Amino acid sequence: MTVLVWIETEGGKAKPTSWEAVGAGKLIADGFGVGVTAVVLGENAAGVAQEALKFGASSALACDDPTLTTYRFEAYAPILSKLVADRSPKALVAVATAAGRELAAAVAADTDSAILSEVVELSVADGQVVATRPVYAGKLLSQAASTGEGTVCVTIRARAFKAPAEGAASGSVETIPAVLAEDSIRTKVVSFEAEAGTVNLTDAAIIISGGRGMANNPKDAPAGVENAEIWKAQDAFANVLQPLADVLGGAIGASRAAVDAGYISYAHQVGQTGKTVSPDLYIACAISGAIQHQAGMRTSKVIVAINKDAEAPIFKMARYGLVGDVFQIVPALTAELKARLGK
Amino acid sequence: MQIVTFTRSTPDTAARVEVGSDGKITWGGASTVVNPWDEYALEEAIVQAKNIGGKATVIAIGPEMHSEALKHSLAMGLDEAVRIEDPALDPVDGLSYAAAAAAAVNKLEDVKLVLFGKEAVDVGTDQHTVMIARKLGFPLLTSVSKILAIDTAAGTIQVERTLEGGKQVVTSSLPVVISVTKEINEPRYPSFIGIRKASKATIPVWSLADLGVSLPVRRTVVNAYSNLPPRSVEVEMIDGEPAVQAKLLVDRLLEEKVL
Ligand SMILES: Cc1cc2nc3c(=O)[nH]c(=O)nc-3n(C[C@H](O)[C@H](O)[C@H](O)COP(=O)(O)OP(=O)(O)OC[C@H]3O[C@@H](n4cnc5c(N)ncnc54)[C@H](O)[C@@H]3O)c2cc1C
Ligand SMILES: Nc1ncnc2c1ncn2[C@@H]1O[C@H](COP(=O)(O)O)[C@@H](O)[C@H]1O
Repeated sequence: MTVLVWIETEGGKAKPTSWEAVGAGKLIADGFGVGVTAVVLGENAAGVAQEALKFGASSALACDDPTLTTYRFEAYAPILSKLVADRSPKALVAVATAAGRELAAAVAADTDSAILSEVVELSVADGQVVATRPVYAGKLLSQAASTGEGTVCVTIRARAFKAPAEGAASGSVETIPAVLAEDSIRTKVVSFEAEAGTVNLTDAAIIISGGRGMANNPKDAPAGVENAEIWKAQDAFANVLQPLADVLGGAIGASRAAVDAGYISYAHQVGQTGKTVSPDLYIACAISGAIQHQAGMRTSKVIVAINKDAEAPIFKMARYGLVGDVFQIVPALTAELKARLGK
Repeated sequence: MQIVTFTRSTPDTAARVEVGSDGKITWGGASTVVNPWDEYALEEAIVQAKNIGGKATVIAIGPEMHSEALKHSLAMGLDEAVRIEDPALDPVDGLSYAAAAAAAVNKLEDVKLVLFGKEAVDVGTDQHTVMIARKLGFPLLTSVSKILAIDTAAGTIQVERTLEGGKQVVTSSLPVVISVTKEINEPRYPSFIGIRKASKATIPVWSLADLGVSLPVRRTVVNAYSNLPPRSVEVEMIDGEPAVQAKLLVDRLLEEKVL
């Protein structure tokens, strides 16, 4: 009896948020007086499993097989389902990434287990797992609990739980076999085209977001540019917001208006139909703060709003508000930070 | 041959959603809309049904309020709509939803493709799509941004998926469960004639007995919904010349220890 935690990897390395899943797994495991078993699948599984022992797992399972090298839902899901069916853990925990979400749901369906998704708080009471999660685009909280015996599949929001501190490893790594052979896997990857400059908004501790107002760039578009508005906005994202993100080591977000207008790609969109983020610091630049935008960033620890309109709704949720022109304030802020942080 | 898609009504995304003193969720007088993510799946169902020469059916699970979403779907051009309602499905949890939805797909004939939107904007878990795929035993392709080819004779499909790190082209056998992203198409607006036709349509309602399915044991309960704790932050406005604002803001952010 244990709590299983799936450690998501990328290129043979653990994603940093995966250790948060170990932290959440320990919360549940402590409630039942059991240990945490990390499960690592794919490239360098044994190496990452060894590392999991340093981050608080009391044992680890590793499976490295040619069918598992990179993440594939169809190949990964049955391994976790089989572990749950065979070992009846109290819980299976994963971070609510795209992969974590689909694996947890698959295991719940395969094994008729409870599922609690995208939770931000966890506890164990009377032998049941109790979880809180935001619903209705973060406008409300729901508190749900597992019932009866059996395993609870849990996905946790990134940055909602603390990763255990790295310490000395104890426990051992066991190797387990894959479940499906390549012949019985019905989905086949034909090609993959990596996109340069991927954005990792959900993991970011600092996010600088730009809105529609980024098109009010005072710089003139060069002659012959087809769409001056788009050029100005793209220039503003690259040369006004990016330098600020660079000094802070932050990621770039955007409002839907900015994405829809073609200023920046959809991968950057924050909000109800974009990403939900909760960084330590969120700086909203020329974003009015529509309710659908708030839905994606309201759980940020400190929100700074920079907007020329003192009546913009974003000021109602900000901790610090700066009324003024982003094209003056942001460069001043970048310069100030460079000086103060000694960069 | 047919394509099945699922949808439901959700509160308008601009609605003020609250928990009343009775613990029930209200969204004031605001209307409901078809779950915005599903518009892309509905559009794709219409397009692909034409493409393979089959029909497109839309299903909602839940009470009468979801008929709105079904009427919208019919007005867009879906061929048929069905609603599934049963006292045993109230409230519905993931497992029972998946069991009912899978039974409904099995009741329909010769289903090649089951389409979903990314998630439901209100409870938004996107777990339903996955659970149905597993209950049906169909392969699953999430985040599909383009259907490149469907070969019904060979029983295969090729799609492009937009993943966090890039674009993946992948093939699968049919039937398959797919969830689509907003890049896949531009959903059409219902035509005037479509709206007229849909308003007259009677939508069949199936019970669990009609589906011949019994539900798995309920594994989760929602204990309570609550409003967000009031935001304790007061906004502090930082005035002055840009350079002064910048300096004061950095002072504050250093105090907050977020840099
Ligand atoms: C179903 C649905 C889902 C949606 N999902 C999302 C979502 O996921 N994310 C999202 O963001 N939106 C979403 N929206 C859209 C949302 O309602 C707003 O339209 C959008 O957030 C507005 O973006 P914005 O703040 O950039 O633009 P605007 O509202 O136009 O605001 C621009 C702001 O920039 C300020 N400004 C302009 N120039 C300057 C300058 N030089 N200096 C300083 N300030 C300046 C203006 O004062 C203004 O406040 C959704 C809408 C719907 C209906
Ligand atoms: N009760 C329901 N009836 C029909 N479709 C639903 C229902 N609940 C969720 N869906 C669909 O399932 C997909 C994923 O939703 P969810 O898992 O709730 O985020 C979306 O396309 C939803 O519209």
